[in-house]
Formats: sequence, structure tokens, C-alpha cells
Amino acid sequence: MNKLRLRVQILFTILTNGYAYGFLKGKIYQGPLKYTCVPGLNCYSCPGAVASCPIGALQALLNQQGFHIPFSALGFFFLFGSLLGRFVCGWLCPFGLVQDLLHKIPLFRKRKRLPLHHILKYGKYLVLFLLVCVGSLFLFDGFAKVPAFCKYLCPSGTLLGALPLLSANPLLRSQIGGLFFWKLGILLLILFLSVKVYRPFCQYLCPLGAIYGWFNRFSLLQIHWEKGLCTSCNACERACPLSLSVQEISCSSECIRCGQCVKACPANCLHFTAKGGALQKTEPSKTG
Amino acid sequence: MGFCRNSKKSPWLWGLLMGILFLGIGAFSGQFDVIWRKAVMICMECIGIG
Repeated sequence: MNKLRLRVQILFTILTNGYAYGFLKGKIYQGPLKYTCVPGLNCYSCPGAVASCPIGALQALLNQQGFHIPFSALGFFFLFGSLLGRFVCGWLCPFGLVQDLLHKIPLFRKRKRLPLHHILKYGKYLVLFLLVCVGSLFLFDGFAKVPAFCKYLCPSGTLLGALPLLSANPLLRSQIGGLFFWKLGILLLILFLSVKVYRPFCQYLCPLGAIYGWFNRFSLLQIHWEKGLCTSCNACERACPLSLSVQEISCSSECIRCGQCVKACPANCLHFTAKGGALQKTEPSKTG
Repeated sequence: MGFCRNSKKSPWLWGLLMGILFLGIGAFSGQFDVIWRKAVMICMECIGIG
């Protein structure tokens, strides 16, 4: 499962960032595929990006004059979310892949969560509301609205967009200022933290994870728990990189469908299904 | 009856249909052009210059 997931992550990252000419010339792809969005957080200013970032698209629509319901961006969220939920985060997000790879570096004692996780995990909802929605609607730079998340926080834009573009384009390099170093600092902090903590950006800050998390309970792709077969050995909870209990795995908005629990279960009571989740009340969890 | 039962059993399907509907409305109101125009220009904010 681990190797399969890694292969899918790498393949999808290459496929969605396959415009090699852009990396060489410090330019970006300008073709018709950019009418569509990729499911994961993938900056459209990455020289290799062949499609748009869904959060960037949402902000671009909110940045228009007046208020328009961003139907296109919502459409992509409903489409990907209803089918896959946070499987997108676990298998199809380039920035998730970067954090996964960094976490494999054998440095420091690994942690699954940060202290105060039960509070910090709501940070992604705050980022979604304040930076992506409110910021994009009401924050102005002159007369133009600002895509606040992209401008002040998004580490994917710095890593996949800024660094390759600036290294290949001297004209852009000459315009670097304080904002760039602010974003670079955030990127380095997240990358450094990723070596010790599992996917800190996904767990605490990613607005896309907050959106897809809402779909997790009823998306088509699920991890199904056959309660009758379960021996309560907790092997799944120990294997889960996010420390989710077996009750949470099947419905939690935090589960990224990485499949570690499926692999670890000795009784084979956890497995991927494409039957979809039903809207029903779930048992309260002990671990939160 | 069957309609209601299916919507509870397969909410993902309704989510999918809503997604397609939203994409259709977005296409009809020209929102894809807005996304494309933003995505084919180097986003100065995204790369920390603008």
C-alpha cells in the first residue's frame, strides 16, 4: 500500500506538473487545460502546472468586482469531494507528497501531532474562512482585491511556483522583496516541521483539507470498518499517521485515506470500498 | 419514497450531481474564463512578489 500510494503520488505530481518547457524558460503553461482545476493544492504559477489550483480559482472568483457565488470552484469541490473526499490529500496532492517525503528523513523523534492538536486542528477552518473567503472578498491592495491565502500563506505557491520561476527568470528575481521572504520563512518552517510532525500543513492549515474533510463522511470512496470482525487490537490506531481511532477512520474529516490502517489490520476488517457513505450518526470517539 | 431513500443512502451521488450543476452554472456565467485568465498569468501574489 505504501509503495502504491507513493507511486500514485509521484505519477500524479508529474502528470499535473508536466510542462517541462516552463521549468527551463521560467514561464508558465497558458493552454486550455487551465480552464480546469486539479484536485490537490497545486499552484497555477508553477512553471510545470498544466491546470489550475482549486483554492486559487476560488479566490480568483471571489476577487471579482461585486459578489458572485463562485459556482465553478464549488463545482470542482463537490465533484472531487463527493467521489474521493480527503483521498485527494493522501494520494493526489503534490504538497502532501513533499511533506510525506520529508517525514521519512530519519531525523528527530517523530510525532504524529503537535501539542494542543485538539485546538490547532481547527486552524484550517480559520484559514479557509479568514484568508480564503473573507480576505479575498474584503482585502484590497489599491483598488484590486487580494487573494489573501495565496499572498500571505500558501507554501505550495512558494515551493512549486516562486522557487522554480525565480531561479529561471532573472526579471522576476530582481523584484523580490519583503513579502517573498515572509512566504519563504513560512515555507521553511512548514518543511522543517514536516520532518518531525506528520503533515503539519495538511493537519492544521490547509483550506482544501478543510473543504474535502466535509465530504469524507459520505464520499463514494470510503474505508469500511466491519465491526463484527474487529478484535479491538488497536493495530490500526497505532499505524494511523494521524492517530485516529477505528471509529473515526471511517468518518473523520481528518482521515486522508492513506490506507495504513487497512494494511495494518490483522483481521482484515478495514478495507477500501466504493459504495459511498450513508448519512448516519456515528459513535462518539474517545480520542477526538 | 425511493427518491428520499436513495438520497440518504447515496449522498455522494447528490454531491456529484450538485458539482456537475455548479460547473454548468459556472460555465454559463463565464466563470471558467475568469479562472483561465488568472491561471495563465504569473500570479505575483502566489510567488511572493505582488
